[in-house]
Amino acid sequence: MNTVLQKRQVLLVDDDSDFLWQQKVQLEAEGFEVVTAVGEADAKQKLAERHPDLAVIDVMMDNPDTGFTLCYYIRKVAPEIPLILVTSIVSETGLDFALASDNDRAWIRADALLAKPIRFEQLRREIDRLLPRDTLATAASAAH
Amino acid sequence: MDLLRVLVTDDELGMRLGVTRTLRGFTVQVPDVEDEIGFVVEEADSGEAALEKIRRGPPHILFLDHKMPGISGLDVLEATQDLQSEMLTIMITAYASIETAVQATKRGAYDFLAKPFTPDELRNTIRKAATRLALARQARKLAEEKRQVRFQFIRVLGHELKAPLNAVEGYLRMLQEGRLGDRLPAYAEPVERSLLRIEGMRKLVADLLDVTHIESGQRRRQLETTDLTAVARTVLETFAPEAAGRGIEIALHAAEPVRLTADRGEIEMILNNLISNAIKYNGDGGRVDVRLTRADERVTIAVSDTGIGLTPEESARLFGEFVRIRNDKTQNILGSGLGLSIVKKLACLYGGDATVTSQPGAGSTFTVVLAESPNPPPAPPRTP
Repeated sequence: MNTVLQKRQVLLVDDDSDFLWQQKVQLEAEGFEVVTAVGEADAKQKLAERHPDLAVIDVMMDNPDTGFTLCYYIRKVAPEIPLILVTSIVSETGLDFALASDNDRAWIRADALLAKPIRFEQLRREIDRLLPRDTLATAASAAH
Repeated sequence: MDLLRVLVTDDELGMRLGVTRTLRGFTVQVPDVEDEIGFVVEEADSGEAALEKIRRGPPHILFLDHKMPGISGLDVLEATQDLQSEMLTIMITAYASIETAVQATKRGAYDFLAKPFTPDELRNTIRKAATRLALARQARKLAEEKRQVRFQFIRVLGHELKAPLNAVEGYLRMLQEGRLGDRLPAYAEPVERSLLRIEGMRKLVADLLDVTHIESGQRRRQLETTDLTAVARTVLETFAPEAAGRGIEIALHAAEPVRLTADRGEIEMILNNLISNAIKYNGDGGRVDVRLTRADERVTIAVSDTGIGLTPEESARLFGEFVRIRNDKTQNILGSGLGLSIVKKLACLYGGDATVTSQPGAGSTFTVVLAESPNPPPAPPRTP
């Protein structure tokens, strides 16, 4: 089976269609395959249909904490998927979460947290950190 | 039950026991306050003892004898004047001395009870004090709740205003960094979407001003006999191009005229919001039916669509502020989330209501009932 050219797949979950469009276009230009979902139910359905290599999730969607609960869900059903939370909560409420302390990491089940508005380079950097280019290549060659 | 602490200060044992006995099991019910009020009585046999107890924790109601062997009741009053508490003091005076009364009032006494008094006189005095305390508490609670509601409103508003800013900023950065290449036509969609988001933001600001106008009660309402059919026809004309563009047919079913004593601007706001929604959430090639009827001093506006419809859970939340139903069918529809809350508030101004019946996937009917009232309430209702 030819898996060498298999694209890395990113699941984007956000209720703002413009955010989805912007990140999708830019990620696709960088060679990613992108799947989008507009909320929790949609994201769960997309997860059932395919297996993304990484997920980028907005916090405030159907409910103010949808992103957090979705992270818990994904950790349970697919613990190997790296998760990036994206939120404007930090700037809006002054609530200071970061993944800096053990306490934060204990309840925020994500590998990275980015504050909106995000620059594409930031997202790109986090994806590269969590999904090194050679892991898939290794996995692909192992499959041969 | 809400318990109020009462401190009886008198050097006569008989007096203290009398008060304690009279208030045992006595309760007060204050109109508009849910909890019944009961009393816990403590005693002090001198002014010094009373001050000591007050310092440790002021009671809600202080019964204070004027004439005691050590420091007098007036001295106790003086010493507790700067106390930051809701304590009400009732002076017990042996003689109806105007001079004492004036002095005591100056020092903050709330009421007087002349010795000797009957149990009924005591109960009436304490009922008055308890009612005042309960109403003051109620007022503080309402003010706090109102503050919370405003705070929440502003927080959500901040989010709703930032989302379009983020979107437009994202598109501008793509343009600045040439993410879609060097050819300008490639950016047609980002430009189009940016303009749409800006339009949405403008609508939000307009709706916000509507909400504040209605809530402040400062907008002068011009109530006059208004033909709702004529207003509806004008509103429909403004939506005709948008509807035609999506092949949506709009029909007005109304007698000529349908009259109501109303503010024309408010009727326009109601119809604008309902008809705009009926088009936005409709399928291409759908239908919108606007029905106006008048019966028994009431006008009913019903706007039906053949759009995406609502689940019962969604219908229940729909009239709140900033409520937008988010799913894959609504993700590209812009809205401030304020329109229906405005409709509801306006309906309340007319002693009416706004409701919805809906079938998911088939469509919804929004019904607004407005009552004819010769003397409409000047103040708007509180935010639900």
